[in-house]
Amino acid sequence: MHIVTAGLNHKTAPIKVREGLAISNGDLSCVLASLKTLSAVEETMLLSTCNRVELYGATRDIDAASKELHQFLIQRNPIIAPDQLAQHLYFLSDDDAVRHLFRVASSLDSMVMGEPQILGQFKDAMEAAVSQGCTGVVLNKVLKKAISVAKKVRTDTPIGEQAVSVSYAAVELAKKFFQNLAEHSVMLVGAGEMGELAGRHLVNHGVRQVMVTTRNFQRALEFAKQFKGEPIAFETFKTKLLHTDIVICSTGAPYPIVTAQDMINIMRMRQNKPICIIDIAVPRDVEDDVRDIDDVYLFNIDDLQQIVTVNLEERQKAALTAEAIIQEEVGTIMGWIKTLETIPTIVALKKHAEEIQHVEVEKVLARLPSLSAEERKIVEGLALSIVNKLLHRPLVTLKEEAANANSAMYVDATRRLFSLDEDHRGNK
Amino acid sequence: MTAFGFVLHSATLHTHLFGTDHAALSSLFDVMVFFAWGLILTFLIVEYVNRTPVLGSFVLPLAVLALIFAATVREDLQVLKPVLSNIWLHVLMIVSGTVAFALAFAASVMYLLQERLLKLRRFSPMYHKLPPLDFLDDLNRKSILLGFPLLTFGIAAGAVWENFSSGSYWNWDPKEISTALTWVFYLMVLLGRVLVGWRAKHAAYLTMIGFAGVIVTFANVE
Repeated sequence: MHIVTAGLNHKTAPIKVREGLAISNGDLSCVLASLKTLSAVEETMLLSTCNRVELYGATRDIDAASKELHQFLIQRNPIIAPDQLAQHLYFLSDDDAVRHLFRVASSLDSMVMGEPQILGQFKDAMEAAVSQGCTGVVLNKVLKKAISVAKKVRTDTPIGEQAVSVSYAAVELAKKFFQNLAEHSVMLVGAGEMGELAGRHLVNHGVRQVMVTTRNFQRALEFAKQFKGEPIAFETFKTKLLHTDIVICSTGAPYPIVTAQDMINIMRMRQNKPICIIDIAVPRDVEDDVRDIDDVYLFNIDDLQQIVTVNLEERQKAALTAEAIIQEEVGTIMGWIKTLETIPTIVALKKHAEEIQHVEVEKVLARLPSLSAEERKIVEGLALSIVNKLLHRPLVTLKEEAANANSAMYVDATRRLFSLDEDHRGNK
Repeated sequence: MTAFGFVLHSATLHTHLFGTDHAALSSLFDVMVFFAWGLILTFLIVEYVNRTPVLGSFVLPLAVLALIFAATVREDLQVLKPVLSNIWLHVLMIVSGTVAFALAFAASVMYLLQERLLKLRRFSPMYHKLPPLDFLDDLNRKSILLGFPLLTFGIAAGAVWENFSSGSYWNWDPKEISTALTWVFYLMVLLGRVLVGWRAKHAAYLTMIGFAGVIVTFANVE
C-alpha cells in the first residue's frame, strides 16, 4: 500500500487558482462521495482551506492514482484550462506524501508557520472523510498519526507560542506586564485598524474593560459598541489614564497628542503605578521623551515589528526541531505500512500449510479405521506440530523483515518457494 | 530532574538530622543543607502552581551555593556554639524566613532584569522567558510577607533561649546586631509597600540589599 498526496497550496498556486478549486463545506459530502468512486485510490481524504486544496489517498498503484487524482482535480475546476491548472498541481507518494501530510497538520507548511487553525481544519476534514466511509485502515492510521505528530510538535517546540503579527505582539507585550489581563483595563486612543485588531486580541485575552476615545465622539460610540466598551470624550481621555494600565494609540493625528508633561502629571497621580503605552500610530501619537519617565513603558510600531521579527526567527528555529520530530515519525509510519505488505503473504502461507495438514491427516486416518479417539488425536497433534515447527522460522523472519527495505524480496521468495500465487490467485 | 534531586536530598537530610547523634540543626552544615532543601521545596511548589520554570535559573543557584558552602564546612563538621545546640525551633524559623527572603531576592533580580529589558525594548530570549512584572512583584511581596513573621518569631525564640542560657535576652554581639538591622530593614520594606505604596522597582532594590544583610548575618553565625 502507498500513501499519495495530490493538490495545490499557497506556494504553488495564486489565489485565483486556489479559489477556483476550493470546496465549500456544503459541497464536501458530495465531493467525498465522488472520491469514493475512484478505482485506483482505495482510501481518500480531502482537505480544503483558503491556502490549500489537497487529496490524500492510499493506493496500490502510484501511477494510476496520480492520473486519477489529477483528473479529479482538473474536472473539479471548469474555469481554468487543464494544462494551466496542471502546472500548479503537485503529486507526492510514500515517504514524501506522509512527510507532507505531517507537515501540513503541524502547520509547518502554512502561510504563517505555526498558526493553530490548520490542525482544527485537518481534524474536521478527517472526520468528514471517516464519516463518509472514504478512509480505511491505512489512511486512518496515517491521519491519526498526523494529528498526534502535530500535537507533539506544538508541545515539544515553541513553534506556536509567540506572536507573529504586529497586533498580536501588542498583546504579548501587555502580558509581560500583567499576568492576568482580567484585572486590567485598556484604552484605545483612535480608531486605526491596527488599534482595533490589538483591542480585539486583548478582549479575547480577557481584558477587564475597554475604553475607547476618538476625536469624533460618534465614531467612539460605534467603536465602543464593538468591544462592549466605554466611549470616552476625546477632551477628557487623559484623566482616564489614571485608571488604565494599557494604552493603545492609533490616531491619524499629525502631531503627538500625549506629551511628556502630560505623562509626568499623570504618573504623579497614578502614584507611579506602571503603565504600558503601545503607540502604533505613524506619525507617532506619544512624544518620544515619555520614554524617559519612570514606570512609563512606551513602545512604537518598530518595537512591535522587532518582536515579530525575533519571534519569526524563533519559529524558524523551532521548525528545525519540528522537522526532526516529523522525520522520525515518518519512519515509524512507513515501517508500519511496509509490514502491511507482508500480512497477506503470512496469511496465505498459514492457510496453505493448514490445507496440506488437513488433507494428509484425513488420508492417514482413512487408512487406520481402528484407531481410538485418543490415538486419532495424537496423529492430528503430530501433523499440527510438524507444520507449526516448520513454519515458525519463516513466519518470524517475514514479520521481522517486514519493516526493512528488502521486505519485498522476502515476500516474493516466500510466495515462490511455497507456490502461494498458484494456490490463491487474486490474493496478491 | 530537580524533583528527583529533591527526593534524594530529603532522604539524606532525614538520615542526617535524625540519624546522627548530634542535635538536629545544630551545625552550620545542617543549617545550610536545610536551607537549600527548603529553598528547593519552595521553588518546586511555586513552579508547580505558576508554571514558571525560569524561576529555577535564579533560585536554584542559591541552593547550590548553600550546598557548596555546606560541603566546605563539612570537613570539620563545625558544631555551632553550645548556645545553639538545642534550639532547633529558633533555627528552623530563621532558616525558613531566610528561604522566603531568598525567594524574594530571586524575584527582585528577575523583576529588575525584566524591567530593564522592557524599558530598553530589548526583546531577547531572556525577555521571552521571564514572567510578567506584576507576577514577580507579587512574588516578592508575598515572600517578604511570609518571611518577616518567621524572622520575627525566630528572633524572639532565640532571645528567649539566650535568656535561658546566659541570663539576658540580648547581648549585642555582631550576629545579633546584623540580625536586628536586617529585621528593621525588612520591616521598612514591608511598611513602605503596605502603607506608603512603594513602587515595585524600589522594593526590588531594597529586597536585594536586605538579602545582603541576611548573608552577612549568616557569616556572623560562626
